[in-house]
Amino acid sequence: MTALDQLMQAFGNAGGDRAVLADSATAHLVADGHTILSAREIEGVEVEAQATASGISAKVRVRQGVRLKNPVHLCFGVLHKRGSQNISMDVRLEKNAAASFIAHCIFPGAEQVIHTMDAVIDIGEGAEMRYSETHFHGRHGGVEAIPKAVVSVGKNGRYLGEFNLITGRVGRLAIDYAVQAEENGVVELTARVFGHGRDSIVITEKVVLAGENSRGLIKTRVAIEDEASAEITGITEGNAAGARGHVDCLEIVKDRAVASAIPVVRVTNPLAKVTHEAAIGSVDKRQLETLMMHGLSPEEAVDVIVKGILR
Amino acid sequence: MALLEITNLSFQAGTAKLLDGLCLSIEAAEVHALLGTNGTGKSTLAYLIAGCEGYRPTGGTILFDGQSIQTLKIHERAQLGITMAWQEPVRFEGISVAQYLTLKNKDPEPAPFLEMVGLDPGRYLTRMVDRSLSGGERKRIELASILALRPKLAIFDEPDSGIDMLSINDIINVINACKENGSAVLLITHREEIALIADQASQICRGRIVCSGSPEKVAAYYKSRQCAACAVEGCGDDCP
Ligand SMILES: Nc1ncnc2c1ncn2[C@@H]1O[C@H](COP(=O)(O)OP(=O)(O)O)[C@@H](O)[C@H]1O
Ligand SMILES: [Mg+2]
Repeated sequence: MTALDQLMQAFGNAGGDRAVLADSATAHLVADGHTILSAREIEGVEVEAQATASGISAKVRVRQGVRLKNPVHLCFGVLHKRGSQNISMDVRLEKNAAASFIAHCIFPGAEQVIHTMDAVIDIGEGAEMRYSETHFHGRHGGVEAIPKAVVSVGKNGRYLGEFNLITGRVGRLAIDYAVQAEENGVVELTARVFGHGRDSIVITEKVVLAGENSRGLIKTRVAIEDEASAEITGITEGNAAGARGHVDCLEIVKDRAVASAIPVVRVTNPLAKVTHEAAIGSVDKRQLETLMMHGLSPEEAVDVIVKGILR
Repeated sequence: MALLEITNLSFQAGTAKLLDGLCLSIEAAEVHALLGTNGTGKSTLAYLIAGCEGYRPTGGTILFDGQSIQTLKIHERAQLGITMAWQEPVRFEGISVAQYLTLKNKDPEPAPFLEMVGLDPGRYLTRMVDRSLSGGERKRIELASILALRPKLAIFDEPDSGIDMLSINDIINVINACKENGSAVLLITHREEIALIADQASQICRGRIVCSGSPEKVAAYYKSRQCAACAVEGCGDDCP
């Protein structure tokens, strides 16, 4: 089997759709470690990727006014037990462009793998980007993943970002996202992570509402069990009139796991408003009792509740 | 022997006597209204029957189908056929109405139960049982989920109260559906007109049953406020 076949098999196992690579109407980029295995550009979308001394450098441009029907697929992975992958991504959506990105980062057999992602994302005026990233780190807890992104959302632009790591072990995860929104810009960041064993989860997400009437939502859903730990920081700044932000963090803790949530809200304009809510603890007792009244055992009830918040 | 047989039930939380020698029995397939003003111990009784955490009798017995259920957990009582709809149902993230109505050994076809509570299955099955539902919608879905369970005893804690209260017709429909299922119902309410749809009724005051019998009789007694208004110990003793 070629590396591409192997990665595609792992991609399929992780919920990816293998058929997209063959589809001439779908842009994609696939890399194993620091080797680019496949890339496709389509009309209106430029995909440029190269291996550099330090890793992979990729650029994606969606041209002005282009509204993509099919999502752009990104698949990054390390097939070996040991290795590293450093990706630097530069994504630009020009004025009034619209595109969805589906990214999979898969390390199926990882025992000692480091994955770093440094993304710079620029959403032009009136442009809209949906970015959904799903990670699979295998069963050994041997991945250290450090995704970083700096996103700027132009006037009337939208950025809806989603991060999921809910199957298998996490290993060590340190997310650091910072988004700035201009006038009427909309930002939504959602992260869902399930940690087990001695997994360590650190998530820092910052939304700066710089423009008038910009909107931000940071939503985090984390479940941890065994001896896992999670530290979630959600920062929202409201710096312009009419800016509205909200931080919503829910962490379910089982066994000896340890969780913390640090919502930071800062307002520098009296006409801005930022709110936050954070709930950390074991499963909500009333939810648990309700499901038990429907005949579920406490274990089954916890399972249904945890799956629900991570959905 | 009645389906539910409660004898001399007492429950104390700290120094507060919330239930005080309460007796109540409900036959199989009987709809029994429990009438009482605020703070008289209605919900406390419901939690004791359902087996909620922190609610263990400090005295008396609860028999269900002839068996003492006092040491059983909520789900074990549910498996015997006891279930309850809270006065304020909780919300769940990421659980659809369809999933909620088919959890565990329930009917695999949930649509009819939504129709019974006046909701269009086409519009509601894919909705989430989360904060996007109004209070009234959430309550209807809770009642539908209880119907889908076909319990031997369904406890409804004030289905007619709250911000988006259900109409008396909605409640009659649910009660009729329970009757068709052969379920007994403990219908908790503070409105006498709701009690009138039951087969039997009891009035609770300060953790005791002060009047029981036909719904008409109990509703009239309740309406007269003889008991709720009085401050005398054993006020129900002269119940007609
Ligand atoms: N766990 C508790 N500890 C102390 N007092 C309680 C507790 N639960 C309820 N109460 C009090 O007991 C009384 C009866 O409560 P409840 O059963 O909820 O009344 P109802 O449902 O009839 O309105 C109320 O005065 C209430 O404040
Ligand atoms: Mg009550």
